[in-house]
Amino acid sequence: MQAPVNHIVGLTSIVRERLLPVSGTVLVRLNQKVSPMDVVAETHWAREHVLLDVARTLRISSNAADRLVKCKVDEKLAAGVEIAVGKGLFPRSIRAPREGRVVAVGGGQVLMEVGETKMELRAGIPGTIIEVIANRGAVIQTAGALIQGVWGNGRIDSGLLVNIAEKADGLLTLGKLDISLRGSIILAGMVKDAETLEAAADLPVRGLILSSIFPSLLPKAREMRYPIMVTDGFGSLPMNSAAFKLLSTNAKRDVTVNAEMFDRYSGARPETIIPLPISASPPAPREVETFAPGLQIRMRRPPFMGMIGSIVAVKPGLSSLPSGLRAPAAEVKLENGETVIAPLVNLEVVG
Amino acid sequence: MPSSLVDGNSLLAIDVGAANTRAVFFDVIEGEYRFVASGSAPTTAEAPFKDVAEGARDAITNLQKVLGKTLLDASRGLITPSQSNGSGVDALVVTLSAGAVVKTVIVGLLKDVSLESARRLTESTYTRIVDTIGLNDQRKPNQQIDSILRLRPDLVVITGGTDGGASLSIQKLLEPIGLASFLLPEEKRPAVLFAGNEKMEAEVKTLVGELATSLHFSPNVRPSLETEDIDPAERELARMMINIRKRQIKGVDLLDLWSGGHMLPTGYATGRMVRFLAKVYGSKKGILSVDLGVSAAVISAGFNGKSTLKVLPQFGLGENLPGLLNYTSLEEILRWSSLDISTGVLRDYLYQKSLYPSTIAATREDLALAQAVARQALYLAMQSARRDFPQNIASLKPNLTPLFEPILAGGGALSDASRPGHGLLLLLDSIQPVGVTTIIIDQNNLLPLLGAAASQNNILPVQVLESGAFLSVGTVVSPVVSASYGVPILKAKLSYENGAEARVDLKYGTLETLPLANGETGQLSIQGLRGADVGFGPGRSGTIPVSGGALGVVFDGRGRPLELPSDAVRRRELIKKWNWTLGGE
Repeated sequence: MQAPVNHIVGLTSIVRERLLPVSGTVLVRLNQKVSPMDVVAETHWAREHVLLDVARTLRISSNAADRLVKCKVDEKLAAGVEIAVGKGLFPRSIRAPREGRVVAVGGGQVLMEVGETKMELRAGIPGTIIEVIANRGAVIQTAGALIQGVWGNGRIDSGLLVNIAEKADGLLTLGKLDISLRGSIILAGMVKDAETLEAAADLPVRGLILSSIFPSLLPKAREMRYPIMVTDGFGSLPMNSAAFKLLSTNAKRDVTVNAEMFDRYSGARPETIIPLPISASPPAPREVETFAPGLQIRMRRPPFMGMIGSIVAVKPGLSSLPSGLRAPAAEVKLENGETVIAPLVNLEVVG
Repeated sequence: MPSSLVDGNSLLAIDVGAANTRAVFFDVIEGEYRFVASGSAPTTAEAPFKDVAEGARDAITNLQKVLGKTLLDASRGLITPSQSNGSGVDALVVTLSAGAVVKTVIVGLLKDVSLESARRLTESTYTRIVDTIGLNDQRKPNQQIDSILRLRPDLVVITGGTDGGASLSIQKLLEPIGLASFLLPEEKRPAVLFAGNEKMEAEVKTLVGELATSLHFSPNVRPSLETEDIDPAERELARMMINIRKRQIKGVDLLDLWSGGHMLPTGYATGRMVRFLAKVYGSKKGILSVDLGVSAAVISAGFNGKSTLKVLPQFGLGENLPGLLNYTSLEEILRWSSLDISTGVLRDYLYQKSLYPSTIAATREDLALAQAVARQALYLAMQSARRDFPQNIASLKPNLTPLFEPILAGGGALSDASRPGHGLLLLLDSIQPVGVTTIIIDQNNLLPLLGAAASQNNILPVQVLESGAFLSVGTVVSPVVSASYGVPILKAKLSYENGAEARVDLKYGTLETLPLANGETGQLSIQGLRGADVGFGPGRSGTIPVSGGALGVVFDGRGRPLELPSDAVRRRELIKKWNWTLGGE
């Protein structure tokens, strides 16, 4: 049976595609070195539109109104510019209510986009541009440690990794945050209150790597301007030992947290990347595995949720579980030495 | 059945679910179609595969191992038709429920008329209504445009206007749709279904036609103010869903090609089968099918010529689970639990399970949580579906579940046949059937596949249904009565075919069973006490033939609507007792 894979790897090649949601301008070139905060592409994006009904305002037919419209598609208009003027002794005038661009004219109406904002797409990882995708973005390659999580608040930043979680089940509280952590990416345990998230913003920190978060804190976490990546899930879960070991041994290194929101269909996942010096390109991590003895796994459901283990044997047929359900299963040796039978669907390969 | 009607074609049916893909093989055995075997594999709609054909091939590969028959060639292509060496299959049908929920904007004139029809139509497939545009909408057209641009719907369903009726108002409503589509990048433009005033086809083509990904027309869902006819539009929408999925998920086009265009959304295929059953086996009572899976809760009911299909992703047990709390509270879910579980643990469970929808409960505690969530999800789905059941259908009381015979149940949460008592109690709690009804568990989740197969072969579904491929749990007797706990409400005598008899005195608040094995029949005499009504009238007696099942004849004396004790300790003790009575733990 094919197995889902969660990447927690000490050294690997990392290739990421970064694309604008709509067409724009690509600002990088092939083989260019980029840092995570570099803008690789940008586009302009109108938040609002204004529909001016010339025909109705001037009380004339659509065709007549079209003949009176003075602006053209793509024309940029300042606020107050006259768009159409009626006929007669005291003609009524229609003016652009705000600065904007004309996007459509016809049927006696003018549609303008207003409130344009610039959208910048950042590299998200440090590396080299290996492909430029015209009008949309680029593909970036780097090498280093890769730790993927399960939840992210959509922000990206880089900084020095500081470990303040003494153990994998540590709790991040207000008292643990002090000025010395300013500008750092903090490896913490779980977080249970909104005040701690706000205090981290006030320092400010450059990112939080958490084992788990209370579901009630998710709206607050989404508001934070710094990236928050959760490695294991919701509630009071300790960080899985593979992620904790890798992150804690890389403390004091520069890391990038790309807390992208998890999207099961596109494959986007929040991740922490620790760039490492290499002499030769390491292999890319395997995206697909088949359950087999020797594979390192993580338990995704109770009992032993989050625990790391290795497959001893894949059981033939269906196995009975303590819940009474029957499912394909594997014999798993957990890191605490215990051997358990776990349904395959509750396992994910770590590697 | 004359053998000449069966031409001997084998059929492979593939169901691509949100979590698992199943390949099911049907063939003619001793002159009649039978369900032969099934194989399954994880669905591969998600990254890193992003190609549902891979999961389908894996499921077929596993099916091959069970069948001892080759269905795929060396390049993993389907061998069709059957070859002289025994390999291959003659025909293929596919049902699909995998994929993200389809964001939909509905457009119509009046809130209680065409917009209601649009809602009902949209809820017949895997959609979520993200915006509603109607005559009463207070927003300006540019605000409607901005809303559509922000929401980026996959689908727009437009209704409104009786045939030959209003056209100017609809035209006005179409403008923001056309303009918003124009502003969206071509690959992000929505598909549009127009199911309104049939005289407006040309205008709709002018205003929206070139700007939509695809523009479809169906007969008006409201040909007149008093008449609603959703079925033809449902059929068109089902086909549109497959086309939307083709754009979203790789491999859908290949499976549709393999099936010769016989791919259907799973919910629609289930609805088609229920309509068919209601027509073939129709009685005064309705036929009900409930399916609770990862992607959605699907409730389909057929009543003497009328049918209702509800596909409710908001009550699915997968990635939408945290959203369940928009419709219910943690306390309401936990009232179903036999174990003392805190609201915090339940909240964490809902979020954690949404990360890994395909995982299953390995411990008793986890199963108790999963079953409590499933009960409340199905309860809410049933409440939601009941609002759209036709008027004047057979029922014992207007505010209760109508009379159904039989009730078919499938889906991940219900099809586990290792403990049919668990499944039955879940159904009794959430559906709360009344009167006398047979409960059938679709343990192999065949119903949608038979619905899809019916388009290719209309004999197959009938013969498979009658072949015992479904598990009859038994006959359930649920009196409607008001009484205090422990008060006798019903006496019953079951007369077996061999002349033996068994009796039960049912007390309010309890469950009782009488054994009657699968395949056996008996005569059940019921005497209602204290005004109890099982369909003979309040307090009246009667005798009916009943058929057996895994749990025989089950008497549910817990009252309708089911009211659980407010005292948590007593409630949990009762739930344990009810579980134990039905053979659970």
